[in-house]
Amino acid sequence: MIRDITLGQYYPGDSLIHRLDPRIKIITTIAYIAALFIADGFIGLATSAAVIFIVTAVSRVPLSFIMRGLKPIFFIIIFTFIINLFMIPGETLISLFWGLTITKEGLRTAVFMAVRLVLLIIGSSLLTLTTKPISLTDGIESLLKPLKVIKVPAHELAMMMTIALRFIPTLLEETDKIMKAQQARGADFESGNIFHRAKSLIPILVPLFISAFRIAQELAMAMEARCYHGGDNRTRMNAMKMRAGDFVFMVLTLAFIGIIICERYFI
Amino acid sequence: MGIIVKNITHIYSEGLPHETTALDNVSFEINDGEFVGIIGHTGSGKSTLLQHLNGLLKPKSGSIIVGGTDITDPACKLRDIRRKIGLVFQYPEYQLFEETVARDVAFGPKNLGLTEEETEMRVKEALGLVGLSYDELKDKSPFELSGGQKRRVAIAGVVAMKPEVLILDEPTAGLDPKAHRDILDMAEEIHEHEGNITILVSHNMADIARLCDRVIVMDKGHVALAGTPKEVFSDEKRLTDIGLSLPPVSYLMHRLNERNADIKADIMDIDAACREIQRFLGEKG
Ligand SMILES: Nc1ncnc2c1ncn2[C@@H]1O[C@H](COP(=O)(O)OP(=O)(O)O)[C@@H](O)[C@H]1O
Ligand SMILES: [Mg+2]
Repeated sequence: MIRDITLGQYYPGDSLIHRLDPRIKIITTIAYIAALFIADGFIGLATSAAVIFIVTAVSRVPLSFIMRGLKPIFFIIIFTFIINLFMIPGETLISLFWGLTITKEGLRTAVFMAVRLVLLIIGSSLLTLTTKPISLTDGIESLLKPLKVIKVPAHELAMMMTIALRFIPTLLEETDKIMKAQQARGADFESGNIFHRAKSLIPILVPLFISAFRIAQELAMAMEARCYHGGDNRTRMNAMKMRAGDFVFMVLTLAFIGIIICERYFI
Repeated sequence: MGIIVKNITHIYSEGLPHETTALDNVSFEINDGEFVGIIGHTGSGKSTLLQHLNGLLKPKSGSIIVGGTDITDPACKLRDIRRKIGLVFQYPEYQLFEETVARDVAFGPKNLGLTEEETEMRVKEALGLVGLSYDELKDKSPFELSGGQKRRVAIAGVVAMKPEVLILDEPTAGLDPKAHRDILDMAEEIHEHEGNITILVSHNMADIARLCDRVIVMDKGHVALAGTPKEVFSDEKRLTDIGLSLPPVSYLMHRLNERNADIKADIMDIDAACREIQRFLGEKG
């Protein structure tokens, strides 16, 4: 079902991770992703893996739920694995037909890259799984605020993201409904050649666009009726505040980055 | 062609944190030529049930037999089912997409593989049945029409497929009283004209009492009550527990009956109610 896509979805909960300040979560996630690419050896990647599994356990999001989100990207991971395996020159390990060879370096890069990608996806899914979309955009807005001096419209960008995130499920639902209604009229989206299939999308796309415009217009009216006029002087109901836990998490992340950097440059 | 629904269960998003059991062991039968009403509060599983009847959703367990074929069988051709069973969704006007009314109504018949002439005939007939003029509207854009007209065009799109079972999911939601009455009169007329099974979901108890041969009451994914309107609306306590009400006339007669047991309670149409009250007053002299 179209609604069951987990990537970018929020998993309701009240764990330590859920309660962290969204800004901290965004920064640490970026740091974690950077660390994954700095990490260059077995110890580094093993530490990264251990860290993400501990965070997952603390967040109480079932691992199986995260893995479900991995499925659509599985193909990409396999693909990069194979490319790396055969394309990297070096000391030959196994020779296959057609001159294809697996090298020691190739194997190493392939395995490391696959592990990196998996960890990267788990890490970034954890961010969205444990942070409500609204908090996430609030966090982004707050982090972008310093850029206002160079005229980055932080509030407007954040508002656009909030709206987009809010309406993804609505539009998916709408698509599902329209598809079913057209199927009930005998529409067939699955057979025929590519032109035929593209044409069969018209009965879905036209009503979908009309719905999207209608929803946008209604939303704009509702916002205006409540006197929305952009970000200037706007205060928040739930002001973000750093708490002890956030500082501890920050320090732990710094320690983790420290380990990764030491591993890369000093060992 | 009868419909037999046996022990069907449907769970949305099974295994995810937001999983919902929308249908739980639902069974009922519908006989040929019946006009059946389905009532129940929002979220009781009515729309989910309807989508099972033409194969848009598959039940987790149980079977649905339409005219002798089990449509839950994977080998069953969905196209044949959809030819037999026409489902008009809630707010069907949001599914209009063609440039002209005639072409939109023709979408269904064309998908059935009918020829141009046959399709045109069906379109004419269907627009007539929903009370619209083919000559006036055929070249108009469906988006220029009024709300009630759009809805009729959308219903015509399904009627044009000449289904043996016509299912209408809250066809009058959001319409003004006149359009409301027109749509229901139209449903009744199509039912009589085509002799099909008609299944109507509605929150208006008076409509259900007036139109239906049988009523199925849904509550939290179960069938709570089923029977003729008389039978169903005689169980006032059960209906109010579920959060539903009686048709107004029926409600009045129940209240009068409480005051004086001589007045019959199981009356649903206004004329019969008048006669009953006059009889009672006359007797008292
Ligand atoms: N596409 C869907 N995905 C997940 N849950 C759904 C979906 N459609 C309906 N539901 C849920 O199933 C239940 C029954 O809904 P529905 O059949 O639409 O009820 P009704 O038509 O009686 O209002 C509700 O709890 C609803 O939230
Ligand atoms: Mg419904």
